[in-house]
Amino acid sequence: MNFDFSLIISSIPQLLEGLGLTLQLWFISGILGLLLAIALMLMRISGKWFLYAPAMIYIYIFRGTPILVQLFIIYHGLPQVEFIRESFLWVVLREPFGCGILALTLNTGAYVSEILRGGVNGVPKGLGEAGAALGLSKVQRFIYITTPLAVRLAIPAYSNDVISLMKSTALVSTITLLDMMGIARIIVSETYAPYEIFISLMIIYLVITWGTQKAFALFERRMSRHIIQ
Amino acid sequence: MNLANTEPRTVISLQNVDKYFGEFHALKKINLTVAKGERIVICGPSGSGKSTLIRCINRLEQHNSGNIIVDGHELTDQVKDIDAVRREVGMVFQNFNLFPHLTIVENLMLAPRLVRKTARDEARKHAMKLLERVRIPEQADKYPSQLSGGQQQRVAIARALCMNPAIMLFDEPTSALDPEMINEVLEVMTDLAKEGMTMICVTHEMGFARSVADTVVFMDAGEIVERNTPEEFFNNPQQQRTQTFLKQILSH
Repeated sequence: MNFDFSLIISSIPQLLEGLGLTLQLWFISGILGLLLAIALMLMRISGKWFLYAPAMIYIYIFRGTPILVQLFIIYHGLPQVEFIRESFLWVVLREPFGCGILALTLNTGAYVSEILRGGVNGVPKGLGEAGAALGLSKVQRFIYITTPLAVRLAIPAYSNDVISLMKSTALVSTITLLDMMGIARIIVSETYAPYEIFISLMIIYLVITWGTQKAFALFERRMSRHIIQ
Repeated sequence: MNLANTEPRTVISLQNVDKYFGEFHALKKINLTVAKGERIVICGPSGSGKSTLIRCINRLEQHNSGNIIVDGHELTDQVKDIDAVRREVGMVFQNFNLFPHLTIVENLMLAPRLVRKTARDEARKHAMKLLERVRIPEQADKYPSQLSGGQQQRVAIARALCMNPAIMLFDEPTSALDPEMINEVLEVMTDLAKEGMTMICVTHEMGFARSVADTVVFMDAGEIVERNTPEEFFNNPQQQRTQTFLKQILSH
């Protein structure tokens, strides 16, 4: 086997042409997924069955199946349903980009909602009681006492999911999108040099992950300034 | 002479209050009235319902039957009444329950700012005054985790006072403290009592009960077994269960 080190370096600029699409998929579905997760988490802790039951079923389905299957159902399956083709959803679903965003959002939303719920449940019950005894309303207690502490507790697990979402974006290459992974596959088919190309691709993903970890470490430190050893 | 004016005003009244946790009958037909300015110490073995009783007074627990009237408001499911009562009643917890993400002074400012919409400067000024009252103003800008247990509990007392409550509830305020820190908290509580605050205090500090309380209530198995002045209670307990309890806690 001939291993061409120079190809690892020289393919990086080409791969980076897909970086923009990777970042778009990551940021947009990350933000939408977080909003969805907050909604699902609030439904889960609402204590009302008609809210938490649908949320639980949703979370079960999207955590319980491979994201690749979800992506294929959205991309290949939904367009076959006539009323979807005729509805406003079609604006999103007729483009593979829209399908990619939708699949990633729905999937990460399910995971992150459980992470947030863990954070909320980790806040000692006595703090809410102290707030109640002071006359704070339920909403005030949630915003000013529970949320800041829950966010701090959720950061490590959440950063994991953000990194995992970034890596999941590579799956959209299976639905014709030319993110970094999609471009890598094209280069491989032209050069027949899978090792070199995929190693370059790994390097790029690792750099992004490194930056993400650093950013979350800073955020965690800022949110932990009240914890003095 | 107008007798009605010399009669102490009732600020808390519990009538036939029952409370269940599932099958467990935590409070059994509790009757208790508290006059304005009265200082009541509740004692009794663990699991006797002491904490549950005072937690019903600001509705951290919901009673199942009977009436609880606090400062003219009956406690029902009505959020308005619950909020009204909670504004009048301050509470101090065994585990302090300070908000760990806020500084000491922010802990005191949170409720006035949110509930009473007090301006920031005014809330801070009031908070500092209370911190001086519990002798801890120099810690204002630290976080709770930087303070000792005794200091944290004094902050918690100041925080409960920041809403200017008419009544203070203490739920075993010294039970989580190291022995050398108990006195600094009891001193602050004694100061409060001298100022005429209406207080209900669940505690095992019998020295505090003797010197500060107007009334000692002994609970066992969800019932009020005995209610008396501290002198009578300690020197001449009427009930068998009270005598046994006192022997156990005063024997060493």
